[in-house]
Formats: sequence, C-alpha cells, structure tokens
Amino acid sequence: MFANFDFDVIRRSLGYLFFDGMTFTLTLTALSALGGLVFGTAIALMRLSGLKLLGRIAGIYVDFMRTLPLVLVIFWFYFLVPYIGQWLTGASRPISVGAFASSLITFVMFEAAYFSEIMRAGIQSISRGQPAAAQALGLTYRQTMRYVVLPQAFRNMLPVLLTQTIVLFQDTSLVYVLSIPDFLGAASKVAQRDGRLVEMYLFAALVYFTISCVASFGVRRLQARIAIVR
Amino acid sequence: MKRSYLFGLALAAAFGASQAGAEELTGTLKNIKDTGAITLGFRDSSIPFSYLDDNQKPVGFAMDICYKVVDAVKKELKLDKLEVKLNPVTSSTRIPLLANGTIDLECGSTTNNAERQKQVTFTNTHFLTASRYVSKKSSNINSIDDLKGKTVVSTAGTTNIKQLTEANVARNLGANIIPAKDHAEAFLMVETDRAAAFVMDDILLASLVAGSKDPSIYVISKDAFSKPEPYGIMLRKDDPAFKKVVDAATAAVYTSGEGQKLYDQWFMAKIPPKGLNLNTPIGPELKAEFAKPSDSPDPDSYKPAM
Amino acid sequence: MNYHWNWHIFLEPNPMGTGTYLDMLLSGLWLTIGTGLAAWIIALVLGSIVGVLRTLPSRAASWIGFAYVEFFRNMPLLVQLFLWFFVLPELLPRTWGLWLKQLPHAPFYTAAIGIGLFMSARVAEQLRAGIGSLPRGQKMAATALGLNTVQTYAYVLLPMAFRIILPPLTSEFINTIKNTAVAITIGLLELTGEARSMQEFSFQVFEAFTAATVMYLLLNLVIVTAMRLIERAVAIPGYISGK
Repeated sequence: MFANFDFDVIRRSLGYLFFDGMTFTLTLTALSALGGLVFGTAIALMRLSGLKLLGRIAGIYVDFMRTLPLVLVIFWFYFLVPYIGQWLTGASRPISVGAFASSLITFVMFEAAYFSEIMRAGIQSISRGQPAAAQALGLTYRQTMRYVVLPQAFRNMLPVLLTQTIVLFQDTSLVYVLSIPDFLGAASKVAQRDGRLVEMYLFAALVYFTISCVASFGVRRLQARIAIVR
Repeated sequence: MKRSYLFGLALAAAFGASQAGAEELTGTLKNIKDTGAITLGFRDSSIPFSYLDDNQKPVGFAMDICYKVVDAVKKELKLDKLEVKLNPVTSSTRIPLLANGTIDLECGSTTNNAERQKQVTFTNTHFLTASRYVSKKSSNINSIDDLKGKTVVSTAGTTNIKQLTEANVARNLGANIIPAKDHAEAFLMVETDRAAAFVMDDILLASLVAGSKDPSIYVISKDAFSKPEPYGIMLRKDDPAFKKVVDAATAAVYTSGEGQKLYDQWFMAKIPPKGLNLNTPIGPELKAEFAKPSDSPDPDSYKPAM
Repeated sequence: MNYHWNWHIFLEPNPMGTGTYLDMLLSGLWLTIGTGLAAWIIALVLGSIVGVLRTLPSRAASWIGFAYVEFFRNMPLLVQLFLWFFVLPELLPRTWGLWLKQLPHAPFYTAAIGIGLFMSARVAEQLRAGIGSLPRGQKMAATALGLNTVQTYAYVLLPMAFRIILPPLTSEFINTIKNTAVAITIGLLELTGEARSMQEFSFQVFEAFTAATVMYLLLNLVIVTAMRLIERAVAIPGYISGK
C-alpha cells in the first residue's frame, strides 16, 4: 500500500515547512491569542458594566462574530482592511496591508468574541464578596478590576483560555483559503508542486495532532495544579 | 523604527495631499515615492510567466518584465533605492488585491479583456494564448463535445472557467465543473483521475504537461474555447500617471529587442526548477505586437505583420 | 474609494445560466443547510454512542471513547477534510479509489461525513458532561429496580441527559452549519463558496459577502428559535432547564 510513496519529500522540505510555515502559524497563534484576550477582556467588561448601551454594543459584536463562519470572516477582513485603513487615516487610497497583518487583525477580532465570553464567565464566577470588600477598602472601579477581580478571573479561566488558544492554533489553518503561507499552506504548496499529496497531508495531520495533543495534555496538568480548593 | 518613520511620512504626505491643491505626483507613483516600496503580485504556478522555483522564489517571463518596469519607475521618481515587495496572488484574489492597494502591479498570466477593464487596466500585451483543455490520452476526449457528462476542472477566477461555464450551458454538456484554487491543484486533479479534463490557456497547459511526471500520457486539445487572447500586466484603473510610466517601460522592453531576448530565455531555453525547455517559438502575432506594442483587449486586433 | 458599488448585481443573470446571482447564492444556502443537517445527524448518532461509551463502567470502552474524541479533536477540521478527500482514495485499492474520486457529489459526501465525525467528538463530550451531571442516585435506583445497563441508559439516563445538554447542543448545531464553510476547500459550493464565485465572476466583493453574511445571520436566527421551541416542548415540568 505504501510502496509508491516517497516520504523523502518530507525530509527535503522540512526547512521550508518549519521555518516559513510553522513560524507563521505559531506567531499568528501567539499574537492573536494575546490580542484577542486583551480585546476580549475589554468587551467582557463592557458587557458587565452597568451602562446599557455599551453592554448592547458589546453583545451585538459577540453574537455577530459567533454567528459567522471563520472562513467568511477571513475573506471579509482580507479584502476590507485596506479600505478601513484608508478611512481611518484619511489617505487618498487604500492602505497596503500584507497577508500576515490582515490575518492577525482577522483572528484578533474573531477570537476576541470567544475570549470575551470566557472572561465574562470568569468574572461572574468570582464571589460578590470580593468586589464588595474592595469597595469597602476604598478602591476605585479601575483598581478593583485591575488588582482584585481580573487576576482571579484570569487564574480561574486559564485552562479554558488555553484550550481556546489550542482551538485558535487549529483555526489558523483556514488561511489556506487565501493561499497565505501558514504551515498547512506550505505543506500544500510542496504537495502540489511535487504531486505528493498523501505524504504531505499525512505529515501535516501528524504535526498538528502531536502539537495539539501535547498542548492539551499540558493544559490538563496545569488545571490539576492550579485548581483552587474552595 | 524605520517602518514607523516611513508610515508617519506616508500619513503626513496623505494629510498634506488632501490639503494641497496641485500635487506633482498622484496615486500609485506618489505612494511609491512616499513609502519607498513597490509591491508586485506573483503567481504560484503559472509557468513560465510567474511561478515559484525550487527555493520558493518567484521567477518568470512576466516577473522579468515587471522588474524592468520597476527600474523605469525608480528612474522616473529619481529614487536611490526602491524596495520591491512580493505578494502571492491567485486568480481569484488578484483583482481585489489590486483594487484594495495590497499590490501595485500584478505580474502573471492575466487575460486582458473588456469586462475586466471595468475594474482594472492593463499595460502592453506580453503574450497571446487561446483556451484549451488537457486530458489523459486514455480518456479519449477528442473534442469539446466529448466532455458531456464528465467532471471538468478549471482555476477559479479565470476567463477560462467562465468560458467553460458558458460553453457548458450553450452546448448542453451537462459537465460537472470544479473550481480549483490554482493551476497546480487543477492539473493534479487530472493527474489523479479526479477530473477528466482541465481547461486553461494552452501555454500554461503545455508547461504543466512538460513538467509532469510522465508527459506522454497527456494530450492538449485541438479544440479551443476562445480565440488567442492577450495577457497583460495589471494595474489600477484611474491612475493615468502610473500607466504612462508602465506603458513606456514595457514598450521600451518590447521594441528594443529585449522583449525577444526575454521571450527566448523563458520559452526556448532551459528554465528552473527542472531545466525544462518549452521550445515554443514566438508566434507571428506576438512578434508583430512586440514591434508595435498595444494594450488592446480585442483578440482580433492582434494580427501578424504583413 | 475606487470601488464601484452595484447593488443591482443580485438581479443580474449569472454566467452559469441558472438564473440570477441571487439564485446562485440561494442554491449555496440550500447546500449549506443540506450538508449541515446531514453532518449533524451523523454527529448526533456517533456522538451519542461514543458519549455513552465514555461513561460506561468498562475501562476498555472508556478508553476507546477517549481515543476517538482525542483523535478528532486534535486535528484541524480542514486537515481532516483533506485526509478524507485527498488521502483516503490514494490509500485504497485502485478501483475503490477511482470510484471514490469519480463519485458525483463527492465533495458533499466527504464534507458531510468529515464534518459529522469532527462534530461527533464534541457531541460525545457534551453528552458525557450531561450524564455526569445527573445525580448518582438515578443510576443506583435503576439498578435497584432491576434494570440492566442498556435499559438504565435508554429509560433513565439518556432522556434526562439530552434535555440537560439541549442548549449546548444548539450551539454545536450552529457550529456544524458554520463548519460547512470549510468545505469550499474541497470544492463544495455552499453559501460561502457561491459568494466567492459571485465575487470572482462579477468583481462585486462587498455585495456578495454582505449577502452571504445576512443569510448566515438569518439561518442562525431560524435555528435558535427552532431549538428554543424544541426545548420548551420537551421540558419536564418542575425540572431543570428553566427559561
């Protein structure tokens, strides 16, 4: 069954696959996770603030992003971001945005919706006593959030946040639809150039599987260690 | 550091432009001067016009012509240094990416036709080719009508898939048309028997067949879906200053004999990555066009010299 | 902005000869719904089996369930679709491989099965959580009454577990519909794919994608409303699953 296959093609293209493809994927994952977390926390705070209008806007944003397929969002941002840049900076023509920047913006905006739901659950899970005590001590809203609520929420939700990051890692493969050179895109390019679909796709599947498995295992260990005994 | 400085300069220039009345440079030329960079769009597998060699670097006939244009732009703007950025495009992303400013010139195998000229514009033609299909000799598909009921693949966003779709309706072929992301993927579908035929410009088909594992099992049809149509390098519409520079540069390349030299280099000699020789001598229509460059979208306007 | 707007594009005839561009998008919508439903049914059936397997007392069954879920959860959906579509036919004996490759509507079957399997792992996890959240007394009472394992699951545990996980199952169903968009990479022309085709033929990028976005929003609304009605219909009076 495996007689016709040339697994050597994997060895020959390892450099390209990992230095170009995997670096793109991992960098995109890391930066999107950070950006998404920051933006998502902001959205969560907007929803939980007492202000109705802010809460509404945040709610609509989250529902909107969660209804659309990621593929469609990727298309939207790839073609739209330069026009937004033009509008924001008042330039005379659309701003040139590279593939990486466009993907980064897409994933930050998209994942922020999911991260915001996780952070919202985290913030709401903190007992009322905490912000009440903070208020009694005379801390302002900002100080309460910064020193009391958010650190605890973050710690509680860390396993879920990391799991969502693993999902994000897998989702980055979708930039394939725009021929953007992430890990899967690189494997695909080699596969099509040399006609070695089976070898390259099996290898790509194996790599994704290994990384995700190891990461999930790590998250489970982490969860066991930081679980707060109540 | 340098990037933010350039970006700030671009911003300042942009704001400055919106206030000042008569500016010397406009549009793309202005952008290039402000940012010190020009972005070229290249293809993955449009051999030998624009494709990736073994080191994943874009090379090709159209790429070389584009680099000559870049030299001309650099001279025109009197720049010491002009950074050339390369951005991959596919048949379906090339026009939106040109329109939204991601690329300044698309260097590939794009057909110049009147419909596309509603969204973009083209410079002088660099090739003429007709739409044909390739299939395995064993499938015995000898004419377009033999495609009845079969699975046919073409690349998304091309004139070829449009012609195929129209022919499918007009001739009642009932063929199942699959769009592929790029030419290599489409050809692979024929190679793995997933599709019976691949419809594409005949020069691209010839290159793909020549570079395949066993060229002798394929045959390119005699039937064509269209007359030989012109390829042109694409640029944004409504930017006459930039078009003037690009047109002048390409005309200079073709009329000076350099065009013929580049042609021979890519069509009559060994090309990367496998050292294939396509052995396609220059056609009389193209030779006439090189002598008198034209950016007309009308296939009938390209006639051999008398 | 040098983009030329043209909202009338929807009423213009499409080059496929099948009517207007709007018809093209609607045919994509039907395909999205069809693929989504097919995948969801597969996901429910397989997911339930695996979910039950994971909660069985037998260690072997539990391990099989665990391996199944981990396998489908740790690979991106796109990679899984590629494996089913491109790799599987090459690994089979030549005649079977050829038959698979030349099957009409191959992308539809591959997408439905591929997405179905991917989602089944998530359904299994939800069901496991649902069964796990039931009071242990339920199972003990069933054993006390003399029911065997199959009867316990069929008459006592599963009815309650499914009602409990109905809300998360709704979001998994919506996820299934969203995941059908990934199938454009194997040539399935569902809604996102048709929007892309429309963009390629007519160059009206934003109109095409706006239409697709609106359709997804409407679809979402319909599904959420329908599931809410189902929830209300099967709710057991005086029990959980409040509003």
